[in-house]
Parts: sequence; C-alpha cells; structure tokens
Amino acid sequence: MNLIVLLKMVPDTVEELNVASDGKSLDSEYLRFKLNDPDEHALEEALLLKERVGGKVTVVALDAPEVDDVLFMALAKGADRAVKIPADQASLGTVATARMFATFLASGGGQITPDTLVLPGSQAIDDLEGEVAAYLGEALSLPYVGVVSSVSPVNGKVVVLKEFSGGMRGEYEVTLPAVLGIQSAEKPPRYVPVAKVRAVMKSAKIETADIAPPELAKALVVERMYKPEAAGRAQMLEGTPEDIAARIAGLLTERGII
Amino acid sequence: MSAAILVLVEHLKGTLADITFEMLGVGRQIAAAQGGQVHAVLLGKDVNALAARLGAADSVLLADEPNLEQPSAEVIVPLLQQLMAQKQASLVLLGGTNASFGLGGQLSARMKVPFVNFCKGARVEGGSLVLTSQLFGGKILSDVKLADGKGIVSVYPGAFPAEAGRSDKTPPVEKVAVPPGSPKVVFKRFVEPDTSDVDITKQSVLVAVGRGIQSQDNVQLAEELAQSLGGVVCASRPVIDQGWLPLSRQVGKSGMTVKPRLYLAFGISGAPEHWDGMQSSECIISVNTDPKAPIFDGSHYGVVGDAVELIPLLTDRIKAKKG
Ligand SMILES: Cc1cc2nc3c(=O)[nH]c(=O)nc-3n(C[C@H](O)[C@H](O)[C@H](O)COP(=O)(O)OP(=O)(O)OC[C@H]3O[C@@H](n4cnc5c(N)ncnc54)[C@H](O)[C@@H]3O)c2cc1C
Repeated sequence: MNLIVLLKMVPDTVEELNVASDGKSLDSEYLRFKLNDPDEHALEEALLLKERVGGKVTVVALDAPEVDDVLFMALAKGADRAVKIPADQASLGTVATARMFATFLASGGGQITPDTLVLPGSQAIDDLEGEVAAYLGEALSLPYVGVVSSVSPVNGKVVVLKEFSGGMRGEYEVTLPAVLGIQSAEKPPRYVPVAKVRAVMKSAKIETADIAPPELAKALVVERMYKPEAAGRAQMLEGTPEDIAARIAGLLTERGII
Repeated sequence: MSAAILVLVEHLKGTLADITFEMLGVGRQIAAAQGGQVHAVLLGKDVNALAARLGAADSVLLADEPNLEQPSAEVIVPLLQQLMAQKQASLVLLGGTNASFGLGGQLSARMKVPFVNFCKGARVEGGSLVLTSQLFGGKILSDVKLADGKGIVSVYPGAFPAEAGRSDKTPPVEKVAVPPGSPKVVFKRFVEPDTSDVDITKQSVLVAVGRGIQSQDNVQLAEELAQSLGGVVCASRPVIDQGWLPLSRQVGKSGMTVKPRLYLAFGISGAPEHWDGMQSSECIISVNTDPKAPIFDGSHYGVVGDAVELIPLLTDRIKAKKG
C-alpha cells in the first residue's frame, strides 16, 4: 500500500498558554511544540499496515518548530520517506493547510495510486476551522472517514472502525484510494531510542517540496483570543501531602463514602 | 437579516441525542435575534417517529430510507448542500460529536462559507453573529464574527441548555430525497463495547488516572486506592491508548459517560473531550501538578501536587479509617 501520513506540530498544553499582545493569537515566545497526538497514532497505524501487507510509508509536514526532529523520529520508526513543505504552519489555517497537502499529493511529490491511503490524525487542538482530513477528502474527491481506530485491508478495500460515543464503534467498508482521519492506532505508538534517531539523522535526508501557500491563509478571522474565566473554581486543599491525604479522607467520611 | 437555520438531528439506535435539543435551542435563540426559520434535518433508517419530538423546529425535513443507516459524509453532505440552497439557509448547526465529525469541513468547502469548530457560545452583536470557540484543550477561547451571518457551526456538546430545544408542539414534516450516488463508504454494522469487564457507568466511586500518572506501575497504585474505597479505576484516553487499561475504562467523548458519587481525578488535564464524560459526577476531587489545569475549573476540590506521591498516602489513610 501507498501510505501517506500527515504530521502536525501543536503547542504543548502542559505548558502555560498566553495570548499575544495583539489579543488575537498565542504568544509564541514560550510555546513548546509537540507532535499532535492523533498524528502519532496515524503514523503507528501506517507502520502496522506496512508490516501486515507491505508498502511504503511517506510522512509529510509543514514547517514548524522542532518538526525536523519529528520527521527523523518517523524515519527511525520505519517510515520510508520524509517530506517537509517549507511553509510556516502557524500562519496557515486548516483550510489553507489542506490545500497545500492536496497540491502536494496531486503533484509528482505525492501521487495518489489506487492503493493509496492518506492518513492524517483525526483532529488537532487548534483546528478552529475544522479537520484537515475532511477538507482533504473534499479537495482530492476521495472518500473520507474520521475518528478511525482500526484499519484492515480486505479484498482491495479497507474495513475501518469509526468511534461513536459510549464505547460504540461503527464498521464501514471504504473503497481506495481514501483519506482516513486516525484517532488511535490498534497498538500504542512504538518507542524509538534516541540513539536510533541520531543515527538516522546522520544517514537519512528530509526532502523538501516547495508549494506556494494559497492566497487566503485563514478562512476565519479571529476577533479576540482570551483565557476562560474560572467559572466554578475548585476549593483548593493545601498543606503537606500527608495533610492533604487526611483532608480528603475526612471529606469522604463526611460524605458517607467511607 | 432573516435566513433559515438548518439543524442536523443526531440520533443513535432510535434515540435522539441531547445535542439535538441543545442545537435546536441555540438555533431558536439565533432565529429570535435575527429572524428566520429553524429546520430540523432528520435522516436515517426507521426514524420518522422521532420527528414528533422536534417541535422546537419550525419544520422537520425528513429522509427515511433503508439505506440511510449511519450514512457517511458522502451521503449527508450533498443532502445538506441541497437543503441549504432550497431553504436559503445561511447557517447550519452540526453536533460537535464523533458521529458528525468531519461533515462541517466538507460542507463548508462545497458551499464556500466558513466553518467554525468547537463552538461554546453564540450571540448577536450589532447585527453580526459572534461565536465563541474553545481551543487548545479548553485552555483558550476565541471569538469569531460571521460578518454576513453565513457559516457552518459545530456545536460543542453540553455547552447550551437542552431544555431550550424541547417542545410539545408537533412540527410539520416535509419529506426530502437524498441525492443519488454510489457511496464509496458503506456502513456495515455496529460493534458493541466489550461488556465482560466491569461497567464503570454503574460504579459509585471512580478513581480516574490520566497521562500524569506516567507509568503502568503507577496505575497499580490507583487500583489499590480504588479497592480501599470499594470503587474501580477508569482513565482518560492517553492511558487507554497506551494499553495500560482496557477500552471499557475510558471516560469521555468516545468512551463512557459516568455520574459517580465520587470522581477522583489524578493527572488529568480536563480536556473538553474528557470533561464531557464526567462533568455530572456528584463530587469531583482533582489532583494535578499544574495549578492552571482546566480540570480545577469544574472540580469541587482541587490539589496542586504530585498524584504519584499522594495516592499511596491516601490509600493508607483510608485503610486506617476503615480499620
Ligand atoms: C474525537 C476525539 C475524541 C476524544 N475522546 C476522548 C475520550 O473519550 N476521553 C478522553 O479522556 N479524551 C478523549 N480525547 C482526547 C482529549 O482531547 C485529551 O487529549 C485527553 O483527554 C487528555 O488526557 P489527559 O488529561 O490524561 O492528558 P494531558 O492533557 O496530557 O494531561 C496530563 C495532566 O497531568 C498533569 N500531570 C503531570 N504529571 C503529574 C503528576 N505527577 N501528578 C499530577 N498531575 C500530573 C499535567 O499537568 C496535565 O494537566 C478525544 C479527542 C478527540 C479529538
């Protein structure tokens, strides 16, 4: 199979996020970036498919801080080809990003063959304009399913599971080529030792594909960005860990739980 | 300006989802401010009986056909596209749920109108519709203005009152036909969740662990605490995805919705997709190293601290109390 995984860097929300002085964007000074969680699962699912049925895994990303490390990590895990599109991801919205990927895939760079699966992560935490996978399906006129947690090739098609609520999943049969928004892989994403990534950095290359950004960078104009007001703020318990354990045990006794 | 609003009705296995009423409520609110009608779009297999409960809409546009069980985007999107034109709709409201995932982007691309994701608030300001979205796992809000009132909006579950969208009126029903096509994505069947494990929705005490628990060994610490409390362990998605606990223990948007008497959250940030599944718990106590973690905003009690350190201390205390 021709497996194309799209990777996106997102701000790490473990760090504090602040609004920039323009009041309309994130303050980038102290932002730390990490690979979008579902994208890591998309990569894993692609690698699992390659192991099961053979094929080639290509990873593609727009330019963003620390993206080279992530592309090398993907190669170290078993991807065959890594491509960077040198356009600043932060200035592009989802719609523009999807158009750039569509251009890449329609050009010689990507090539949609009859056995192609395009695998972006299901969603990212900053997808104000929607999910890349859905736009991409539309732009490439390919079938699309999102929130996918399992992909099995059967008779030239794939059978996928899409998550609903309450642990319920729906089984769909999808004709190839197709775009699948991956929510989680069938196995936890594999770990790759740093030494292996370092070795790959020396031996492998990241290709670049120059693609001009579309005229309209963002479909939506943000008027204001701000932090939510703490609505019903918790009553904070303070003290040494021992004190706190005692307080919680006390609360549970009061409530008749113990 | 007065133009129609379409609401895509959500239902699963013969039951209307709360999000349907939440959307009808916002739809009514916007229509009250701007004028125009609200149409509920109901499609599926054997769903016509559901129409009677959609009285908050001015009309129900119904497509009830055998091949419409859980249709994919390639069936729904062209239908919505056609209805937008027919009803001169400027606004389409979709559920921000897994079921409706991705429809908005595709419809927006076709209709060349913007799509707004994660919408938690809507108000009409100086004749324009201003929508508030929740980004970065609930840490940031953003306001966007739909200057000409046109857009496709994904409505965040639980953000608007469902009561506002319920009515005893009987709405007029208009049959609509789904545009023909040969779908490349075909629904086969539902795969029910594994029920061999404990049912976390029936527990009165839940000890929940998130990524902050750091390792599978530490999940064991939480197991011991849960045992001392007569409860069970559940988790946020990353813990399940790591394979540290089975899928049956996942709380949230894709997992279970729980309402225990006690929800102890250890190392969970409180992302909206998790909050979805546990917000109605009677007592929420959260432990997180980050004093600004969104989970504290909705918890009853909070502790800024290391979960891994606190859990065994708490287990000892509880065992001591129980004697
Ligand atoms: C379509 C879709 C469906 C989803 N469905 C679900 C779902 O059903 N359920 C779900 O949970 N998520 C779901 N998610 C994922 C969700 O968006 C979040 O990514 C997830 O809930 C985050 O889990 P977390 O809080 O454990 O991890 P993180 O957000 O990474 O938070 C970890 C927290 O641990 C804290 N921490 C770190 N170390 C410690 C320590 N030693 N002690 C105490 N605290 C510590 C950190 O400060 C941080 O707040 C879904 C996402 C999508 C896109």
